[in-house]
Amino acid sequence: MNKIGKKAALFRLFKYFLQYKRLVAGALFFAIVGNVLALVAPVLSANAINAIDTKTGAVDMNLVIGYCIAMAACYVFSSAFTYALTYVMTRLSRNITRRMREEVFDKLLSLPVSFYDARLAGDVINRLTYDIDTVNASLSNDIIQIATSIITVFGSLISMLLLSPLLSCVFIVIVPLTILVTVQRSRVMRPLFRKRSGKLGELNGYSEEMLSGIRTIKGYGREDEISERYEQRNENAAQAYYDADYYGSKVGPTVNFINNLSTVFISVFGGYLFLQGRMQLGYVSAFLQYSRKFTGPINEFANIISEIQSALAAAERLFGILDEEPEKDGSDLLPAPKNVRGDVEFRGVDFGYDAAKPVLKDVSFRAEPGKTVAIVGPTGAGKTTIVNLLMRFYDVNGGGIYLDGVETRRYARGDLRGQFTMVLQDTWLFEGTVRENIAYGSECATDAEIEEAAKAANVHEFILSLPQGYETRLTDGGSNLSKGQKQLLTIARAMVSRAKILILDEATSNVDTRTEILVQNATQKLMEGKTCFVIAHRLSTIVHADLILVVRAGNVVESGTHAQLLERNGFYASLYNAQFQ
Amino acid sequence: MVRIRNYLRPNAVRMAFGLLIKATGTVAELLLPLLLGYMLDDSASSPVKDVKTLLLFGGLMLLFAFVALYGNIIANRMASRVAREATQKLRGDLFSKTLSLSARQIDACTLPTLVSRLSTDTYNVHNMLGMMQRLGVRVPIFLFGGLAFAFALEPVLTLILVAVLPFMLAAVLFIASRGTRLYAKLQGSVDGMVRKIRDDYAGVRVIKALSRTEYESKSFKEVAGQVAKDEMSAGIWTGMSNPIVTLLLNLGMVAVVLVGAFRVQAGVMSAGKIVAFVSYFTLILNAAMTVSRLFVTLSKGAASGRRICEILNLPEEPLLLSAPEGGSARVEFDDVSFSYGGGKPALEHISFSLKKGERLGILGATGSGKSTILQLLLRFYDAGSGAVYIDGENVTQIPAERLREKFGIVFQNDFIMAGTVYENVDFCRGIAEEEVVRALRAAQAEFVFEREEGLQFPLAAHGVNLSGGQKQRILIARALAGSPAVLILDDSSSALDYRTDAALRTAIAREYPDLTSIFIAQRISTVQNCDRILVLENGREVGLGTHAELMETCAVYRDIARSQGGEVCE
Repeated sequence: MNKIGKKAALFRLFKYFLQYKRLVAGALFFAIVGNVLALVAPVLSANAINAIDTKTGAVDMNLVIGYCIAMAACYVFSSAFTYALTYVMTRLSRNITRRMREEVFDKLLSLPVSFYDARLAGDVINRLTYDIDTVNASLSNDIIQIATSIITVFGSLISMLLLSPLLSCVFIVIVPLTILVTVQRSRVMRPLFRKRSGKLGELNGYSEEMLSGIRTIKGYGREDEISERYEQRNENAAQAYYDADYYGSKVGPTVNFINNLSTVFISVFGGYLFLQGRMQLGYVSAFLQYSRKFTGPINEFANIISEIQSALAAAERLFGILDEEPEKDGSDLLPAPKNVRGDVEFRGVDFGYDAAKPVLKDVSFRAEPGKTVAIVGPTGAGKTTIVNLLMRFYDVNGGGIYLDGVETRRYARGDLRGQFTMVLQDTWLFEGTVRENIAYGSECATDAEIEEAAKAANVHEFILSLPQGYETRLTDGGSNLSKGQKQLLTIARAMVSRAKILILDEATSNVDTRTEILVQNATQKLMEGKTCFVIAHRLSTIVHADLILVVRAGNVVESGTHAQLLERNGFYASLYNAQFQ
Repeated sequence: MVRIRNYLRPNAVRMAFGLLIKATGTVAELLLPLLLGYMLDDSASSPVKDVKTLLLFGGLMLLFAFVALYGNIIANRMASRVAREATQKLRGDLFSKTLSLSARQIDACTLPTLVSRLSTDTYNVHNMLGMMQRLGVRVPIFLFGGLAFAFALEPVLTLILVAVLPFMLAAVLFIASRGTRLYAKLQGSVDGMVRKIRDDYAGVRVIKALSRTEYESKSFKEVAGQVAKDEMSAGIWTGMSNPIVTLLLNLGMVAVVLVGAFRVQAGVMSAGKIVAFVSYFTLILNAAMTVSRLFVTLSKGAASGRRICEILNLPEEPLLLSAPEGGSARVEFDDVSFSYGGGKPALEHISFSLKKGERLGILGATGSGKSTILQLLLRFYDAGSGAVYIDGENVTQIPAERLREKFGIVFQNDFIMAGTVYENVDFCRGIAEEEVVRALRAAQAEFVFEREEGLQFPLAAHGVNLSGGQKQRILIARALAGSPAVLILDDSSSALDYRTDAALRTAIAREYPDLTSIFIAQRISTVQNCDRILVLENGREVGLGTHAELMETCAVYRDIARSQGGEVCE
């Protein structure tokens, strides 16, 4: 997947923000007002305490009450604004992540099949969930925190300077100490944490791999040996976790120590200034409160930075998908083909998934309207390549494919694919009702047409026996149906379509004999009047085909009718004869 | 009964010692504001000893700060050690236990949850063990110690604290409990979204073929919209927690100042105490806020601990049972019936017997019970009725190790691990290299020797760098390498072409003449040369005999033969 730098990722994330200018402005407003209010409060409390004369114990109660009311108001508004900020930021990050999810998903749909062939679903799902969540968490938490921190740090620094420039000198010691500790911590911790997650990942990967083979391990009685191997990895992971923890266990106490240290310094100097009569008691108290506020964000700084870095890494991976090259149609396309007869021709086609390794070289053949082409050959020989090219899931490297005499690349992909209907061995049913599954691809089909198709596919009776008939929901890819029933449903789906060309991947016989006969009959009906490309497994299909393409190691090695090929006595003949040995 | 606490017991002394150190450090930290209060008061009332007292108190505070620092660091490290040792042992035990589970127990738990127990749950427990020792001591000491000191300092103001705390805890708990439900709902809609993506990923060819991208995009928007909605409601609900807690804390502080001022005016309290009190207030309330975080980690860890112990406490299965001896055959099924979940029988009244060197083919559609026979032979499950014998012994009385030594098996979609060819064929059994080479050659895996690395050729996990046929040949070599008495291939030569398949069968017969073999298959050509073929339909025997006999007597066999008659490929 494409790599774009962290800087570019940051810039692009920023662009998402700009789409919600009002929310961003609102967030800034609430952040500033809320935090300034929180900063004003300690001064008010200081003044309230100052209204108490420490020598005589006389108290100006009116003043105290006045300040207390002001303080309370400050806190109430500050909390209200903080909540408003949370609300706005949640809304903002929700909008942005939703938009990202939709963009990434739409992008996925626009990508060529080769993208899917090259990646595991889990990897892409991770990006749409885990990566987007990481970005989301960073957007809604870290940005608030950064804004709050900046305001708090500067606000409390200014307040402290105003309260007592002299006492503020304490921070000449504290701040460099904090920065030193923070920098040191992130330098030491990052590799330790990376190692920790790496080792844990290794361990989990190992246990997942081994559990996937648990039958085999038990079958060979190797439980103890595998457990021993696991133990080595377990030891490594535990050690890495401990190493990170060992160092990490210093962090909390050190941060607290620095806080305590500043408390001690401020108490001693503040007490001294107070004794000298150069600073009022209330201000010492306020100063202590500000000093806690001041050091807090500085301690958090390293955490925020590392969170933002992981968010940027996640954003990079997302943008990587968004930058993938989509399936593009050429320019000056012809309008969608009409009244297709179903005449398909390969003329001198060259093709390779990897341009350096051609799998088809100069392949030519013609399928006349209504005729059947059988593609045969051993597993993995590349029978699906021809289907991939017909449907333009992949494009040819040389030569061309012609539909009714027109090069297929001159049509938009969608228009071209509309001329085909497919029944694949990997039956694909989605979560939805039986009716929706059959009508998928022909949205204007009437209920009568759908039932007609189901009847033709020998599946109508079965559908009626389901609890809600045609409205029964299929869950989890139709896991509640047998393989044969799923095949019949996809045949029904193909029946609804009016396309003139059929691509059929004949199922191997892994259904019981009765269903097998139903499937065969339905398939026969489906093939009537269509140009058919069949990845064939049955002798009857092959013997009666108008043209047989024999594929071996990716190449079409022979073509002709059954009789012609037997006469040639080549690879096909040897395959055919092998079964009688 | 195994509990997580058992794993802490070996470290009990270290843990107690660590907790003691932790408590000392924490108390020292807690004394700081107390000193501050006394310092400001003392100095104010007796100006003579001013600077000296100030420095004395300052020095004391510094000392306490250091005690707090080192006490906490040492204690935290001891805690990490305890957590590490307990978790490592727990995880190791869990893994061994998982491998020893019976097939029935695995079915009941399902593999994905076993994997997540080993990864996520042990991680949560590790976190919990660490945090419990670190914060679990600190937070209560801060909370209750703080309250005690505050009470000693000024009982009346403490009442304000005591009044605020329940509100805060109630707010935190209320928000957290509804928040948990909202997050569970969110998880549900995220699952829905993942299902949608997975669905479309699998069906991309169909979607593109039918030009349905717009429709899919629209329906994804609905799912994603639901996720966004749930994210929003969970976010704004839990987002209330912080402002409310802060507000309560701050209002309490206002009350402290106000009430304090009244008390100073009444002459029952000094002003310096207000300052110290405000510091305590912050400490105690920060601790109260940490409680909610602690609570989350602890409840997560406890839930995970329960899930782990559930597995550790599963009974040892299967037990050895005494049973009568059977006949002299190598493998014998005597009127065996069986069902997986107690529902529809997977096998009914199956009987056959095989002598040394004989070959049995088992043929039938998916779900007809072919693989169940293998599961019963290996005693992954026990027969419901009837008996399974190996060399005259009932399988239920043979210890698992001795039983499984007799077999060489290749399962359907069997597993190749990341490692060399040698490691995969040897499979941790310590088999000599010549034996491995002999097995590879008999399994027609010549392609291994065409590689430069030979036996050391590295295979990726799940064998993704091999073709289907190559994978099957490595697996067959693994089954042959241990020189088993019985070889079972469950649909394991389906990716081989006819010639290789035939060569394989010839080589096995030549190299391992005494081997009793069972071939489970869907394709007739794989089994037609066997001494006997068992034809299954819906768990029942519908034919047993040679190819020629079955062609005459068994209608189902003939049907299959006819439908496969033209199979020139696959």
